Amino acid sequence: MASHNLETSPYVSDEVRQTTCYMCACRCGINVHLRTGSDGKPKVRYIEGNRDHPINRGVLCAKGSAGIMQHYSPARLSKPLLRTGDRGSGQFKEIEWDEALNLATEWLGKVRKQDPKKLAFFTGRDQSQSLTGWWAQQYGTPNFAAHGGFCSVNMATAGIYTFGGAFWEFGPADWERTEMFMIFGVAEDHDSNPIKLGISKLKSRGVKVVAVNPVRTGYNAVADEWVGITPGTDGLFVLSIIHELLRAGKADLDYLIRYTNAPWLVIDNPGEANHGLIARNKAGKPLVINRKTGKAVAYDGKGAKPNLKGRIKVDGVEAVPVFELLARKYTSADFSPEETAEITGVPAEQTKRIAQELAAAAFEREIVIEQPWTDMKGERHEKMIGRPVSFHAMRGISAHSNGFQTCRTIHLLQILLGSIDCPGGFRFKPPYPRPVEGQPKPHAGAKPGEPLPGPHLGFPRGPQDLLLEDDGVSPKRLDKAFSWDAPLAAHGLMHMVISNAAAKDPFGIDVLFMYMANMSWNSSMNSGSVMDMLTAKDDDGEYVIPKIIYSDAYSSEMVAFADLILPDTTYLERHDAISLLDRPISEPDAACDAIRWPVLEPDRDVRGFQSVLLDLGARLELPGMTNEDGSAKYSDYADYIVHHQRKPGIGPLSGWRGKNGTETGRGEPNDDQLKKYIANGGFHMEEVPHEARYFKHANAAWQDFAVKMGFQDAPIENVFQLYLEPLRKFQLCAEGKADPQPPATHRHRVLTCFDPLPNWYAPFEGAGISTADFPHHAITQRPAAMYHSWGSQNAWLRQIHGENTMYIPAEICDAAGIEDGDWAWITSHHGKIKVPVTRMNAVNPKTLWTWNAIGKRKGAWALDDNAPETKQGFLLNHLIHELLPPKGDGLRWSNSDPITGQAAWFDLRVRVEKAEPGHETSEPQFAPQKSPVAPAPDVVDYGKEWTE
Amino acid sequence: MTSLPASTEKKLGLVIDLDICVGCHACVVNCKEWNTGGYGAPLGDIDAYGSNPSGAWLNRIHTFEITPEDAPAQIVHFPKSCLHCDDAPCVTVCPTGASYKRSEDGIVLVDEDMCIGCGLCAWACPYGAREMDPVENVMKKCTLCVDRIYNENLEEVDRVPACVRTCPAEARHFGDFADPQSDVSKMVKERRGIDLMPEMETNPINKYLPPRPKSAPTNDKRPRNVETDSSPAPGSFLDWVDRMLEKI
Amino acid sequence: MHPAISVIFFTVSSGAGFGLIFLICLGVQLPESGLPAFLVSLLAGGLAVIGLISSTFHLGHPERAWRAFSQWQSSWLSREGVLAVATLAAFAIYALLWTFTGNRVETLGLLVSLLAAATVFATAMIYAQLKTVPNWHVWLTPAVYLAFSFVSGLILAGMINAQGRILGIELPWLIFICVLGAWALKVAWWKRADRIGFSETGSDTGTATGLGSLGQVRLLERPHTGENYLTREMVHKIGRKHAMKLRLLALIAGCGIPMVLSAIAAFSSSGELPMALAVLSLAIGLFTERWLFFAEAKHAVSLYY
Repeated sequence: MASHNLETSPYVSDEVRQTTCYMCACRCGINVHLRTGSDGKPKVRYIEGNRDHPINRGVLCAKGSAGIMQHYSPARLSKPLLRTGDRGSGQFKEIEWDEALNLATEWLGKVRKQDPKKLAFFTGRDQSQSLTGWWAQQYGTPNFAAHGGFCSVNMATAGIYTFGGAFWEFGPADWERTEMFMIFGVAEDHDSNPIKLGISKLKSRGVKVVAVNPVRTGYNAVADEWVGITPGTDGLFVLSIIHELLRAGKADLDYLIRYTNAPWLVIDNPGEANHGLIARNKAGKPLVINRKTGKAVAYDGKGAKPNLKGRIKVDGVEAVPVFELLARKYTSADFSPEETAEITGVPAEQTKRIAQELAAAAFEREIVIEQPWTDMKGERHEKMIGRPVSFHAMRGISAHSNGFQTCRTIHLLQILLGSIDCPGGFRFKPPYPRPVEGQPKPHAGAKPGEPLPGPHLGFPRGPQDLLLEDDGVSPKRLDKAFSWDAPLAAHGLMHMVISNAAAKDPFGIDVLFMYMANMSWNSSMNSGSVMDMLTAKDDDGEYVIPKIIYSDAYSSEMVAFADLILPDTTYLERHDAISLLDRPISEPDAACDAIRWPVLEPDRDVRGFQSVLLDLGARLELPGMTNEDGSAKYSDYADYIVHHQRKPGIGPLSGWRGKNGTETGRGEPNDDQLKKYIANGGFHMEEVPHEARYFKHANAAWQDFAVKMGFQDAPIENVFQLYLEPLRKFQLCAEGKADPQPPATHRHRVLTCFDPLPNWYAPFEGAGISTADFPHHAITQRPAAMYHSWGSQNAWLRQIHGENTMYIPAEICDAAGIEDGDWAWITSHHGKIKVPVTRMNAVNPKTLWTWNAIGKRKGAWALDDNAPETKQGFLLNHLIHELLPPKGDGLRWSNSDPITGQAAWFDLRVRVEKAEPGHETSEPQFAPQKSPVAPAPDVVDYGKEWTE
Repeated sequence: MTSLPASTEKKLGLVIDLDICVGCHACVVNCKEWNTGGYGAPLGDIDAYGSNPSGAWLNRIHTFEITPEDAPAQIVHFPKSCLHCDDAPCVTVCPTGASYKRSEDGIVLVDEDMCIGCGLCAWACPYGAREMDPVENVMKKCTLCVDRIYNENLEEVDRVPACVRTCPAEARHFGDFADPQSDVSKMVKERRGIDLMPEMETNPINKYLPPRPKSAPTNDKRPRNVETDSSPAPGSFLDWVDRMLEKI
Repeated sequence: MHPAISVIFFTVSSGAGFGLIFLICLGVQLPESGLPAFLVSLLAGGLAVIGLISSTFHLGHPERAWRAFSQWQSSWLSREGVLAVATLAAFAIYALLWTFTGNRVETLGLLVSLLAAATVFATAMIYAQLKTVPNWHVWLTPAVYLAFSFVSGLILAGMINAQGRILGIELPWLIFICVLGAWALKVAWWKRADRIGFSETGSDTGTATGLGSLGQVRLLERPHTGENYLTREMVHKIGRKHAMKLRLLALIAGCGIPMVLSAIAAFSSSGELPMALAVLSLAIGLFTERWLFFAEAKHAVSLYY
């Protein structure tokens, strides 16, 4: 037998550096193995998951594993660029950083001095919003937000208003204990690896997973039961489940009385200005009916035994408990599974059975943990008793114009079953819960040369907190957030920024400043028109948006549309704080935060955007970023991360605070903080005391912990809001009973959509066009192995998703005479695209779908002009307008949720026609942009120097 | 010589759980990442940023749609790499002896220095487990991370194939099938693990655990109604609330 | 399967070369000695060698081709290499003796003929052994290869000496019969191929995935959107209509025309010219046949794509 030369114990790497992944928003811990390359410099040998990390516990997804190709991508920008050709052409010259920063300072300084609202600063895949938001606040423009408005603001806002949390980074299921798990509208999403780990745990315990999604791929494929729902009807389906549960008497009344506003009294005084408001005593405390005395008493009075039904006169006005209103509403026949089946596409039998299974899991498989705890009223409980059903929802729910209300229906279902933050249910991740009472209100202001009085984004308590000009109608913000268009727009409306700026509605701007947002392509609705808006000129020949500054690490489609490019670093070359002030990475049992640090030095003339922003802040002499002598307060972002204090003792990172690094949460800055993080694998983890791990919304030990850690300065009461009074206040304004009053054009939709009890209404696009002309729905899903456009420059990931196809249900194919592999025209009220077709059975019969953001524009991402991404790949975005079909009132109605302004991507309605054979190229095609980076190599044989 | 060993001491291989694989491609890419700088030549890619990109991969995930007669169609994500067959046809066809099966653990390997790149082994494999590297022109295949599982430079816990270590859904398990007490052997027994194309008589080591049965919307056999003894009579829901409140 | 030109050329050219060697060494009537004998030997050996050289273009590392001689105990490809070299070496001796002495050593000839036949058989077995390609996995495959090798050799011999005889039969008539016989085998091979699919092993997407018991299984999404080695090499798709046209072309060029030409040769005083044309026509026919041999062959891997 021949002997084979086999080394089973080869050398692996010189050094392992632990940092945080940035290949998507999941933010896993990674071990970056470095090994000397052929040039004698350290090079990435291998990236694996960090086993100790709370998020991913050692695993790593396809994107994270392709980090090498991202870090060494040929699409990396290498030097600041100044536009030389027409906007959109991609013609630039390289300039030095000094010149770039001087130019930016000049443009931004002028605006700040004259009229700061003429700057719009929006960030996309930004993971440093607590810095970028603070910067914008110090600058003084009201026009700041990140991309939440077109991402999942419905999810976040509905959750915060209802129970002080939400899905995703706000909380997961109790994977170890839950007995039934339901996911709604979840394809691949931000919580990528934790969800996979979680579902795996459920599978190994034999726990049933039910997936509600028009498309049966990914998580929905492995689920034990699939509900192939029609898009935009999930709320109605959930209300039918609630109908069944209530009719069967399956609600946790004790939980409702203790933790929710179910017993609160609602004034029943039709036609009057207080109709539908919560009845309160003189101290402003909501009232309930005391079962013992039959009298109205403050809800939190000692010894009160609140009733959930009844009718009482309070100050001469009738009032009824929330629960009675709720029970009457949802037990009505309108919500019976038989009644809703036609609309939702879910057979009544299935809805009923799922309701029964939920009830059985919640009430017959009660979980008891022998852990005493004390609630905020001082009552001691010997055990933690849980209703082990849990839920998760994501983009499929939020990206509809009824998404806010739909999210509320899911939370209502959770709460009726008593499953929020109980053993086996949904669990809050620190620093959550954080109810509206613990959240800021939105701020505008915009006085020349002055910072805003508070943060831009927040949670209005009612119409009085809207950001309106003195006329009570005109928005103060460019994106019209917190106006009558989108009163609870807690994440802003990034998808409206360019459109509104181009239309000068409500006003024009001078500088558009964006970071990591591919707005001329996949991050915008109506991408073709957005390109026109970015290049539109006034009568005087000047660009309508006069200056555009953009920062990105890569040659994205957006680069060509900027005047000044500030090249960013890759994720392995930068500092970042994954901060508890921002979007943290905590686990339910531990408060966690993390850093990124330069595990490799840049080999290009690029700078981390956050450092650049602080530099610009110092040049603009913004408060907080400048010392008294005018010098920069922070040398770079790392300096800021360590030394910035939002409040005394509270900074971006919670670990190793205090002079000696011995404090956690609160404490003075510690010069060695980053070193400590690096030594600990790039993250910090503070365990939540056992007593504080469940019922955090009402748990005294949790409140103590939250105060100690600096999440809040005092205990915050968190009563789950089944009945959302702020919405009723908006309705009263629309009824003309209170001020400010919305314009007549907006009244109808406020009255119909702002129901204080979770409700369902048909998505707007379908209601505004003829469904006979556009009978089908079309949606996208994000593939697990590709993150937005980012993946296309990645030599490995683009082999997996180099082109996309439209998956069309067999029924629709047959009706249109389309066969597998044919091409088809997909038409919406707004546009038409030509796409390749794959026939599919495992999909809702009315719904077409495709992978998101695979199609690319020629000239971007260092790809060949004939790349499959440009020729076969396509975007659904071209079919989706940022505005609703015109209603004839002359207004530009945003294609968004009327409550939060969330972009309604998935409201899209289409029709399908077979395309003539031949010319198999997707439409529309756009002229190539000139690539701002050098041509990419033909061959990649990564690791050759170590394998010879 | 390219004859197969009569028997191997261990039978190392993978169990792939089709009930939980979500098709995320983590194993696919992590495998490429580990191996491009590891065993043998890099896993090359040609036309990497061009119109027809193509590279060598040792593991790929296919997506199948299954349409039963009486239930909605379902999707199964299907990872596939070398199955390290006991009767590996790829080994015996090799003209140079580059292809071999280790007698100690049953791993099938290619000694790349001896490989002439004729491709016959790939033809002999029914599973598509071997791919010619487009840059180095030698045959590449899953090594079961033979450079990890015995690697003393790695922590003991990490001495598993890269795909197993990285799988976020824990759908991949590594072990010795010769040992009936090993986790993988037990899993296969409990879940009735299957061989791919048994009719090819390759006796694959890797096993697949089939998807567990799904609930169908309307033909589920369980009782239909939620009503139980403590349920309210129709129309008297709020009276029921009264009764329930008495108990609180 | 991907029809690689180098392999097609190899099998056709070497097949013809070894076929001619087979006939030479069996003692078919040819020039007696000297240059003509040398040229005939060169033609036979040359076709075989060119074919073999061509086959190395198919290799990723031709410089290591020598390693392929080592595994003759288990590998048909190795056996083919060893046999080819042995055949050519023995034939070289035979040819030298013939050229310089005019002596065609019968025992040596018999040995070379056997070796040549074995070489062609081994070549065929490289394909016929593959259970993964049902079209090929049958005794008819070596039969067809041997038959075409023999026929190629015959027509070449006829081109050199149309008046030659074997077992008392004039070459043109022998060619007429053998061409018909060889293509009859091929037609039988095609008939089987058309019917076989994967039915011999029962393989289908259901067995390939092990999921057949759950319902109708079909591929929804390839693992990667682009092509890969496997799809290029083994998932070659050819339209049925296109294949039928090519089969007809193969039959006309490889069978019909050579038969007509051999009949003409049989009745003509100098049959060499029609036989030379027959060689050309047969080459076209065999190239087409061999292209189809690969292009129409379905590999088990295609069940995953």
